[in-house]
Amino acid sequence: MDKMPAWADAVLVPLISILLAAILSAGVILAIGENPIEAFKLMVDGALMRSSGWGYTLYYTTNFIFTGLCVAIAFHAKMFNIGGEGQAMIGGLGVALACLFIPFPHWSVALLVATLAAAAFGAAWAFIPAWLQAKRGSHIVITTIMFNFIAAALLNYVLVNLLRPVGAMEPATGTFPAATHLPTFQDMFATEGNPLFRGSPANVTFFLAVAACIAFWFLIWRTKLGYEIRAFGQSESAARYAGISPVRITVVAMLISGGLAGMMALNTTMGEAERLVLNATEGAGFIGIAVALMGRSHPVGVFLAALLFGFLYQGGAELALWTNIPRELITVIQALVILFTGALDNMVRLPLEKLFMSMRRRSS
Amino acid sequence: MDYATLLQVLDSTVRLATPLLLACLAGLFSERSGIVDIGLEGKMLAAAFLSAAIAAVTGSVWLGLLAGIAASMLMSFIHGFASITFRGNQLISGVAINFLASGLTVLIAQDWFSQGGRTPSLMGGGRFESITLPFAEALRGVPVIGPLYYELISGHSILVYVAFLMVPLTWWILYRTRFGLRLRAVGEAPEAVDTAGVSVVALRYAAIAICGLLCGLAGAYLATGLQAGFVREMTAGRGYIALAALIFAKWRPWYALYACLLFGLLQAVALRYQNIDLGGIIIPVQVMDALPYILTVVILAGFVGKAIPPRAGGEPYVKER
Repeated sequence: MDKMPAWADAVLVPLISILLAAILSAGVILAIGENPIEAFKLMVDGALMRSSGWGYTLYYTTNFIFTGLCVAIAFHAKMFNIGGEGQAMIGGLGVALACLFIPFPHWSVALLVATLAAAAFGAAWAFIPAWLQAKRGSHIVITTIMFNFIAAALLNYVLVNLLRPVGAMEPATGTFPAATHLPTFQDMFATEGNPLFRGSPANVTFFLAVAACIAFWFLIWRTKLGYEIRAFGQSESAARYAGISPVRITVVAMLISGGLAGMMALNTTMGEAERLVLNATEGAGFIGIAVALMGRSHPVGVFLAALLFGFLYQGGAELALWTNIPRELITVIQALVILFTGALDNMVRLPLEKLFMSMRRRSS
Repeated sequence: MDYATLLQVLDSTVRLATPLLLACLAGLFSERSGIVDIGLEGKMLAAAFLSAAIAAVTGSVWLGLLAGIAASMLMSFIHGFASITFRGNQLISGVAINFLASGLTVLIAQDWFSQGGRTPSLMGGGRFESITLPFAEALRGVPVIGPLYYELISGHSILVYVAFLMVPLTWWILYRTRFGLRLRAVGEAPEAVDTAGVSVVALRYAAIAICGLLCGLAGAYLATGLQAGFVREMTAGRGYIALAALIFAKWRPWYALYACLLFGLLQAVALRYQNIDLGGIIIPVQVMDALPYILTVVILAGFVGKAIPPRAGGEPYVKER
């Protein structure tokens, strides 16, 4: 036995990694002449101390849950889906088409159909790289990167030439009909005497994201398909030997992954903007990578990591508003999280393993 | 299209292909040694920023160039540290480097210059001037060849010529030197190189250093040659197009040149003509933008020849296996 206990692997390693990322981030804030403690206080204040702050934090969290789960399920099948951004863009197109061209009687029906459209469009965009990986052996990382750019060009074309209302200058669709507007947290929870979540974009999609987390857990650990995906991720040759088709698992895992990424567009397109704009994804597809790495591809971890990134995003916006620190600080923090929890994993793990081994030797 | 227009399009093709070519050759060295590098974009961006920043402060483009190379090399060593020393996932490390550069450049630019994340515009000695080759003025009047020489071949900044000279140099290093042989071997079968008593780690770090150097040149050219100063996200996906070109070229230097010229031409045409009218069929500008990526996917799918990457690419080398 040369391994450390499971709890240390699941909790201690990411915790130390995040701590290192946090220390370096604080160093960056110091280096640009601001006080990291003040900055942190400001972020907490803006993101967590008011209900409208929470409204923004949970709005971003919803995005990151979807994209985090998208990357996580691919990780379980040992694939690296960098294409969440493109899949979410195309998912947005599905939402926009459903909302613009189907006359819905009520928002709940609209949400149901739009969810299906978003997932179908996102999955379709993930299908081509998946099929190419499974059948033609082209590396999924490279193809999904390429598909991000192709999606951006496609969306640009569709918005500029096809869906833009006559006379409008901006490359965006017209506003969706009122029947498709989703209830926000303000609509749901605020009362006359207690105005909660005022003006914030968090909406009913958040609960859909939570449901997705639960469904994800059930799928991965309680179904045959989930077992097959995990087995395939652990060892492709063993899975093949057990009669699991690599082509099928690759394609199915990526379809689910793309579908989850596509569903992110419900929140931004249907929930917040209520129309499709050019840069609706705002990089959430990439943040999914950090979220999945940090959450160890477990839905509980993904939820918590998404919450942290939601806080960082809203706190970062608050910082940019009140100090000279640009929003790009969040990009730096995100980079450090990816670097330490993903690429420099061994830097933390190896010394820890040694420590645990020496402790075990002493006790025995 | 008349001759003068053709020359202008080709001239901007050369300008636009230069950063792609430098980054593509950078990726070539790295990937041939078995280190997959999707952080080309980040390295270029870091180099673009620091070269412009230092050139703006000191007024010397050469100091800027050195600083740009240093920034890019630093990014390279982070990549090496994660993926060689600690055997981390090279893809994840590359993604992290792209984000690190994208965030840090704006953060530092805002802190130093307070101009919304850009550097001041570069003037005079802060930019690479275009070089007029000998006899360009004298030969200008000669029909056909004169304008070709004057417009297309002469009148670029020195980094353009460096980039094009790097192609034969890369070929020579890879296929005619002992270092090149070992570099190619370590990307195919690191255990064999190790058995022969050559350090895999040292070779891969060397490859990554060259990669940093070339990305540094690419980024510096963007900010001090092609444009006059750094603006946020100014690489605009060029690192990924360079990666696409590398796959298109199947990891070979001369083909890298052709691929980069092709992608440069696509960019030049898209820049000049928004929508191209081919007698009834209109090709929208977005198709031109997406074409390098689409072509790469087609190549990757093996529909037009198979792109086989170095065999040990993406795999960290573990000595005892």
